[in-house]
Amino acid sequence: MSVATMTMRPLILAAVGAAALLQPVKADPAAEVRVTYSNGQFEPGEVNVPVDKPVIIRVKNMDAKALEFESTSLRVEKVVAAKSEAVVNVRALKPGRYEFYDDFNAKAHGALVVQ
Amino acid sequence: MLATLIIVFREVFEAGLIIGIVLAVTGSVPHRNSWIGGGVLTGVLAACIVAASAGALSQLFEGMGQELFNAAILAVAVIMLTWHNVWMASHGRELAGQLRTVGKAVADGNKSLLALAVVVGVAVLREGSEVALFLYGVLASEGSGGSVLSLAVGGLAGLVLGAGVCLLTYSGLMRIPPKALFATTTALITLLAAGMATQAVAMLERANWLMSLDGVAWDSAWLLSDRSIAGRALHTLIGYTDQPTQMQLLVYVTVLLGTFLLMRLTASPPTARGGAAASERAA
Repeated sequence: MSVATMTMRPLILAAVGAAALLQPVKADPAAEVRVTYSNGQFEPGEVNVPVDKPVIIRVKNMDAKALEFESTSLRVEKVVAAKSEAVVNVRALKPGRYEFYDDFNAKAHGALVVQ
Repeated sequence: MLATLIIVFREVFEAGLIIGIVLAVTGSVPHRNSWIGGGVLTGVLAACIVAASAGALSQLFEGMGQELFNAAILAVAVIMLTWHNVWMASHGRELAGQLRTVGKAVADGNKSLLALAVVVGVAVLREGSEVALFLYGVLASEGSGGSVLSLAVGGLAGLVLGAGVCLLTYSGLMRIPPKALFATTTALITLLAAGMATQAVAMLERANWLMSLDGVAWDSAWLLSDRSIAGRALHTLIGYTDQPTQMQLLVYVTVLLGTFLLMRLTASPPTARGGAAASERAA
């Protein structure tokens, strides 16, 4: 047991050290867009964003039920509680159409259009 | 009802796999059921609390509370899994291949069971909070009696299917001969830990707390999408992601190598034990 206890300590120290190194990083000025979710639909359904610039998507959920803002191509997945707003960070993107959807509601989807 | 079933099952699936593995790992250890049951129960309670405070949690750390919370609990699970492996390496060496005696060794140190119970709790918490949010949302928006019934039926069916995954995983692993089981579960736990570490990295990347090496290394979605059922299973088991970042790969390899080295360093050398036994005989 003593051996295991001894190995536990450096493990925890390493984890704490790694956590201390982490800091919120200031990225390049990001483009900010808003998407509102109400009555089970995203509005607007298509959002234009600039090329090669990080994007901050503010998702506002007006409905009384939680949604999961998800996109495979954007690599995001985030629960937005009922009647609340959430921030989703997206890295700088190449031109194209990036679909997103509500994982809790198959009918709700939209897209980021990067151009 | 079918939508409820699918969503609940999808969330319960991952927890089911993990609990199945932990059940196999702990084999015939006495009291393991109460430890694992305790982990599940604590996870469910914590999931409800997290779901209820999802809005508030989200607002922490400039809107990145959810991501950082997930990264933190995943990190705890990684530490627990790694510690379990190292503990088994330092205690199980002379008992390797003898499941029952390994079981006894684990029973001697309830700490290892506690570590695995924590892992189970974390798995249930992560998946359960999403189920709770989803179900609560449906209830809040459609209060009619009919929908409540179909919600209950769908949710329950999803839960039962998830339990089925857990049982299948467990019984599949128990078919492995005891001698190979120890090596198999060690490998599984190590891969599980590495996979969880990469998920924690993904969370930190989403929060913009980790920006270095965040380029996507490859895209294998054409081969196996991580949204497919096989992709999801591999995602849980070995951390498969169809678009991993370089940092995720780096952390993955680091956890694998780190576990291997730690197990090597702490493994009780058989020769030393033989020597101790000989000197005991001499005395």
